[in-house]
Amino acid sequence: MTLFQMTRRDALVLLAFAAVILTMPLWTAPIGANYPGLMQKFVIFAIFAIGFNVLFGLTGYLSFGHAAFLGVGSYTAVWTFKLLTMDVLPAIVFAILVSGLFALAIGYLSMRRSGIYFSILTLAFAQMSYNLAYSVLTPITNGETSLQLTLQDPRVIDLALAPRGAGLPTASLFGQTLTGLGGFYFCAVVLIVAFFIAIKIFASPFGMMLRGIKSNQTRMSYTGFNTRPYALTAFVISGMYAGLAGALLAVTDPLAGAERMQWTASGEVVLMTILGGVGTLIGPVIGAWLIKYFENIFSAFNEQILSRFFDFVPDPLHDTMVAIASKFVGEGWQLTLGLLFVLVVVFLPGGIMEGVRRIGSLFGRRSTPVSPGAARAQPAE
Amino acid sequence: MDAILAQLLNGLDKGGAYALIALGLTLVFGTLGVVNFAHGALFMLGAFCAVTFRYIITLENVVIDPDNLTAWGTPAEIRTPLAQTWFGDWGAVLIDWSVPLSLLLAIPVMLVIGIVMERGLIKHFYKRPHAEQILVTFGLAIVLQEIVKAIFGPNPISQAMPQALRGAADVGVLIGMAQGAVTYPVWRLVYFLFSLGVIAAVFAFLRFTTFGMVVRAGMADRETVGLLGINIDRRFTIMFGLAAVVAGVAGVMYTPLLPPNYHQGMDFLVLSFVVVVVGGMGSLPGAVAAGFLLGILQSFASMNEIKSILPGIDQIIIYLTAVVILLVRPRGLLGRRGVMES
Repeated sequence: MTLFQMTRRDALVLLAFAAVILTMPLWTAPIGANYPGLMQKFVIFAIFAIGFNVLFGLTGYLSFGHAAFLGVGSYTAVWTFKLLTMDVLPAIVFAILVSGLFALAIGYLSMRRSGIYFSILTLAFAQMSYNLAYSVLTPITNGETSLQLTLQDPRVIDLALAPRGAGLPTASLFGQTLTGLGGFYFCAVVLIVAFFIAIKIFASPFGMMLRGIKSNQTRMSYTGFNTRPYALTAFVISGMYAGLAGALLAVTDPLAGAERMQWTASGEVVLMTILGGVGTLIGPVIGAWLIKYFENIFSAFNEQILSRFFDFVPDPLHDTMVAIASKFVGEGWQLTLGLLFVLVVVFLPGGIMEGVRRIGSLFGRRSTPVSPGAARAQPAE
Repeated sequence: MDAILAQLLNGLDKGGAYALIALGLTLVFGTLGVVNFAHGALFMLGAFCAVTFRYIITLENVVIDPDNLTAWGTPAEIRTPLAQTWFGDWGAVLIDWSVPLSLLLAIPVMLVIGIVMERGLIKHFYKRPHAEQILVTFGLAIVLQEIVKAIFGPNPISQAMPQALRGAADVGVLIGMAQGAVTYPVWRLVYFLFSLGVIAAVFAFLRFTTFGMVVRAGMADRETVGLLGINIDRRFTIMFGLAAVVAGVAGVMYTPLLPPNYHQGMDFLVLSFVVVVVGGMGSLPGAVAAGFLLGILQSFASMNEIKSILPGIDQIIIYLTAVVILLVRPRGLLGRRGVMES
């Protein structure tokens, strides 16, 4: 079976990755992030970022509208819950299929252009989806109030097997309810599978082809390849990843709102990928974790916590320090995020993974030097 | 006929704002070759120049008068705006006209902001790929809007327009229609004329001054101009400052129409990029034409007659136009052949 064959290095990476993911409740405890809601977000947005990286990292096409696929995945999953069953597997399958089809349609049109035009096209499609979801598509999306479960949902399959219970049902897997840690472990297993698929894509001839498109599309087409179908396949795959992430968001909280499709959400996944390291396997995951961690922990900081933090500073300085620092946490965490973003793009275009490599090469002489442009984002022009 | 004329007029002021922002974006792209996602933030900063100016001009001197009691028996506070103390009756006039007067503050401030931004950050990104330019300016836009949010708070701050320019103008009469057939708010008309004036000024500057001639030469062939011993980089820096000023004054004058809030830059930015692409990357007349065209299209799409045929069209018309233009004619309406055409 070639399907499960991989180089020893990849196998080690996968094993280490699985170990890190499954022990997440342990290592998030000291940094105050070990509650299921946040860990689920860590895992789900890691999937989103891995998928985005398959497109941006490998082909260099910068999509500014990926949140649309996430939103479509969420809506599909919630509709499956409402119409068929609360079991998560059909919801996930349908979400991946529908967002894949959606990505195929948008990708088919957008891939006709490259560079900044491609970015603008994806942005335009995503904004159209968002605006329509908010206005005329209200019968499907429930507009501003968000799509959610109700007591009158038909749920054909569930109700054929068991009578309607009291209260709103929760998502389940073969009868096991997925709440709290159970939900986290389910998402974690999905993430490991998604990561495995990403490893296979990166190592496959298809992945090499995509890298060829990124480094020089013209040369690729001169050698006789029609590059567009390959790039389009990458687009659809990353759209399916986004749909999967959207479905998992709906699994952990059966609610789908249009704001998930807004372009700021698309910008966020770009940010995660860049921050971690474009074109690397682990980078987007780290980027996603950092951003979600900032969002949840830093935005909960307030002046009392800061005041305790700066206790060691003498009094007259103390208050100024607190006042300055308070601008960067709590309500102002986005300021930190923006600054971090600018700093990373200016000084470390390869993201955190490049930083790790640089530090690594300081210590180990034997490590092969990486060519500076290898992990850089090159637009396909 | 009346309805069509009314919608045409409605599109003009919004189109003016789009055109001004897109003009600046195109200037920056044409001169420096940089895709500036922070340009919308400059529009927003301009709007907040107006807020600041109004804040300064309405600073009050509070005197507690112990002889004069209020209805609750406490000493009355007599508030006199400092402007009134200094300028007498002119003070009230100054406050009334604060929005147009803030242009005086906005122009130097935006010029400095633009030049600092270019020298401090953008200049390091000339040689980097477009994707990285987009990313760094996107980050900068977040930083700018968060700073404004930290200073001015998250709520929109409405700005009053001058007393004399409130109310509606009877535009229909001018072209021989019945009285009251087509009326139009005066300030929107002012905004439209203002945007035309700024656009004309920018074009005249590029066309008729030596500086503008050098800049145009640099846009066509930067290297040769540099070889002639001209410091083209410095001129391009000034052009970046000028683009910031154009975005800033567009923001200042727009404040009575839309109370400034910290995220309006992002809202306008996405639209302006669409405008630039529709007009043609790097084409100044294209940006202006597309700005007005899209403003007018948007106002037509929000007519009830059209919405009843195509529900939701008003929400997506701009993006739809962009998609169609990009797929059918990627160089945009007036773009040069071969510029970013792929």
